[in-house]
Amino acid sequence: MEFDLAFIWAGLIALAVLTYVILDGFDLGLGILFPFAKSNEERDLMMNSVAPVWDGNETWLVMGGGGLFAMFPLAYAVIMPALYMPIMLMLLALVFRGVSFEYRWRAQRYKWVWDAAFAGGSLLAAVCQGIALGALVQGIEVEGRAYAGGWFDWLSPFSLTTGLAVAVGYALLGACWLIMKTEGNIHHHMRRVAVPLAISTLALIGVVSLWTPFLDPVYFARWFNLPGSLWSFCVPALMAVLIWLLFSGLKSGRDQQPFFAALGIFTTCFIGLGVSFYPMMVPPSLSIWDAAAPDKSLSFTLVGAAILLPVILAYTAYAYWVFRGKMDPSEGYH
Amino acid sequence: MLDGTTAETLARIQFAFTVSFHIIFPAFSIGLASYLAVLNALWLRTRNDTYLALFDYWKKIFAVAFGMGVVSGIVMAYQFGTNWSVFSDKAGPIIGPLMAYEVLSAFFLEAGFLGIMLFGRKRVGDRLHMFATAMVAFGTLVSATWILSANSWMQTPAGYSIAANGQFIPEDWWQIVFNPSFPYRLVHMVLAAFLTTAFVVGAVGALHLLRDRADKDARRMFSMAMWMALIVTPLQIFMGDAHGLNTLAHQPVKVMAMEGHYDSHPDGAPLILFGIPNPEEKRIDYAIEVPKLSSLILKHDPNAPMEGLDTVPDADEPPLTIVFFSFRVMVGLGFAMLAVGLWSGAARLRGRLYESPWLHRACLVMGPSGFVAVLAGWITTEVGRQPFTVYGLLRTSESLAPVEAPAVATSLIAFVVVYFFVFGAGTAYILAMMNKRPATLRLGLRNAPVRAAGMLAPREIEPLTPKTQN
Ligand code: HDD
Ligand code: HEM
Ligand code: HEM
Repeated sequence: MEFDLAFIWAGLIALAVLTYVILDGFDLGLGILFPFAKSNEERDLMMNSVAPVWDGNETWLVMGGGGLFAMFPLAYAVIMPALYMPIMLMLLALVFRGVSFEYRWRAQRYKWVWDAAFAGGSLLAAVCQGIALGALVQGIEVEGRAYAGGWFDWLSPFSLTTGLAVAVGYALLGACWLIMKTEGNIHHHMRRVAVPLAISTLALIGVVSLWTPFLDPVYFARWFNLPGSLWSFCVPALMAVLIWLLFSGLKSGRDQQPFFAALGIFTTCFIGLGVSFYPMMVPPSLSIWDAAAPDKSLSFTLVGAAILLPVILAYTAYAYWVFRGKMDPSEGYH
Repeated sequence: MLDGTTAETLARIQFAFTVSFHIIFPAFSIGLASYLAVLNALWLRTRNDTYLALFDYWKKIFAVAFGMGVVSGIVMAYQFGTNWSVFSDKAGPIIGPLMAYEVLSAFFLEAGFLGIMLFGRKRVGDRLHMFATAMVAFGTLVSATWILSANSWMQTPAGYSIAANGQFIPEDWWQIVFNPSFPYRLVHMVLAAFLTTAFVVGAVGALHLLRDRADKDARRMFSMAMWMALIVTPLQIFMGDAHGLNTLAHQPVKVMAMEGHYDSHPDGAPLILFGIPNPEEKRIDYAIEVPKLSSLILKHDPNAPMEGLDTVPDADEPPLTIVFFSFRVMVGLGFAMLAVGLWSGAARLRGRLYESPWLHRACLVMGPSGFVAVLAGWITTEVGRQPFTVYGLLRTSESLAPVEAPAVATSLIAFVVVYFFVFGAGTAYILAMMNKRPATLRLGLRNAPVRAAGMLAPREIEPLTPKTQN
């Protein structure tokens, strides 16, 4: 069997995007929950719980975008102009949010500005990512080798719904992260907050999942004909198990269970999305193979990825392990 | 206000604006990361508290600068797609993998170990902490290597073929990565980053020496910075010269613009020290020139003929005025840095390195010189290669995304407002930190909890010793 390089790379990039979504998902979510913290100390603690890892988390976004540029330049060249506004807004939001980690400790009188920048930046970035996702699912108009739609094509009720869904889902991840990492008041507070967040996340996932097959007959066919329809059974079954794990974890005080269950829910949704998409890269017209770079680019980079990705995963896991366990409020800032 | 401006012009302004902001931070963080690794290693070896104090001082400044570098860099990575999508589609198969390698081999390394370097000393112990610090420094250098390879390939493309659909197809990766201008550009840029950092550190040291000559932390950093200025500046000037010769071989038109040579000089070209370019008349007004020196420097023969822009079609000419001035700013600053380096060497020989207020004042003024030189250098390089993005092969006007001018204008305005606000605030915080002495408790950080069992404890008590401070 011959290696299908484009297929492998599509898988790797999907993996990078998924890793981004679940890692930056919880730290953006924590930013979304920032305004609901009850005191300054709680906010300090929230931010410190991700300060050592947020940069690594965001690097997966660069990997996703950079990987697309490298391996599927045509897809990159079509998607980015099509999503011009949400992408630009997301980048600006990430600027505000990223610098707040350091500025917040430096500011005297204007600390509240960076608190607001952190919360607002996180929320806006999450919504824009959701909108971008929705716009991509809706499909992008292509002519020749370029985007052929208008400036506002990304804006639709569907994409706004996905924007909301992603933001609420990230907030759930953030709450579950804090349940895992903290004790005392904030821990109990987050356990209370997580329940309505979980319910809204699931409701929104339901709405989006039911809406998607009706956007495009191709999606419909994929979910309701064999072999795709097998997924139509597996995915909800898996979801049911994860939902049970999530709620039982929230109730029982097994503090790690909700976080990993929530990660599982995100992963399952992502797989579901993959089922709808495959083999398209930019629905409705560009397939993985249409968009792929020449084999010489794919193989050159694959060598590096095969060696470096395991190393990256190893030291990223190590960094998480170094800062494992519940936060110690006295440890503070560097 | 922006009526009638094309999307192309706006996209170029946007790219130039965002990349110019971005490069300011790497220029500083590449040098500072290495400096921190050196400080930490010296501390571990000598257990001299001064090194630890300096490490903790510059570490806090590094954290802010690095954060700004990261967020402004992410913008760059996406801008290739949003504004230059045709370029991305065509050059993606070559530039993309180089940038993907940068992410895989450098960005993850920096980000993965940054947390441990900043927050983890107590948790992982001195040795692993040293390793993490070294990895961050190494990551910044690897990052510079890949991105400069990508940029150099756009300046001097090699190892490619062009497919029917217009895409550049990689043929020989070795030739692509090690394209003709890459080694020169890499060395010149890394030295530039080291110099930039050295002059910032030197200025901060000088500031505190002006306030208190006995401040031993200030003495140590000033001395270290002045060694860098003395040793690295001549290297940089030598490398710059070599870089220029290489550019002459591969991008002669750029050199014509740098030199201000509108006309050909069949028997030896003059070196124009200064003048005012007059693009309408295609000549340099008020030129102060040294006859035949340009031919001597560039061709090692005073009588060697040199061609001018009169041999190039107008449509292929870069805007001479910008390149002409930016080149002179860079070279001028290079020689100013050399002067400071030599001055400090002389002061050191006489044993008066810490007792020369005029030297300290000069260093204070020269603090930002590295940033200005780096920007001027990049402007020379990038404007000098116009009107092409891939030199000689793909025009800037043919690289643009199908975006509409209002969209680009809106995002440009947003970038300008946000960058000045956000990076302005960051710069203010950094300056405020620099204004404090290295021994200052937590650098005036508010409500950060005091470390319970801090390794810093003995050091942090020290500022109680009375010292003059204004
Ligand atoms: C000579 C060095 C150099 C040059 C010319 C550039 N950069 Fe840069 N970049 C770095 C050196 C660097 C760095 C030292 O690695 C940074 C700076 C601060 C930092 O955090 O990493 C960085 C950060 C950085 C990041 C964030 C990485 C992260 O998430 O940790 C991105 C995505 C880029 N850059 C992308 C670019 C692009 C697309 C450029 C070209 C237009 C570019 N950089 C020019
Ligand atoms: C970081 C230091 C850099 C600086 C300060 C810089 C500066 C500039 C400037 C001022 C321009 C505008 C020239 C003009 O339009 O007249 C430009 C153009 C460009 N640069 Fe760079 N550049 C840098 C690095 C890079 C790198 C590393 C790359 C690619 C890997 C790159 C890719 C481009 C491209 C594609 C253009 C064409 C778009 C345009 O004309 O604006 N640059 N750059
Ligand atoms: C005085 C001696 C110097 C000479 C003769 C010199 C020469 C050059 C030349 C010829 C270029 C353009 C190369 C090209 O585009 O192909 C260049 C670019 C550049 N210079 Fe210099 N330079 C000098 C000093 C400096 C100093 C002191 C700095 C910064 C501290 C600096 C930073 C840069 C940078 C960042 C670039 C753009 C990137 C690159 O092409 O390497 N230069 N220099």
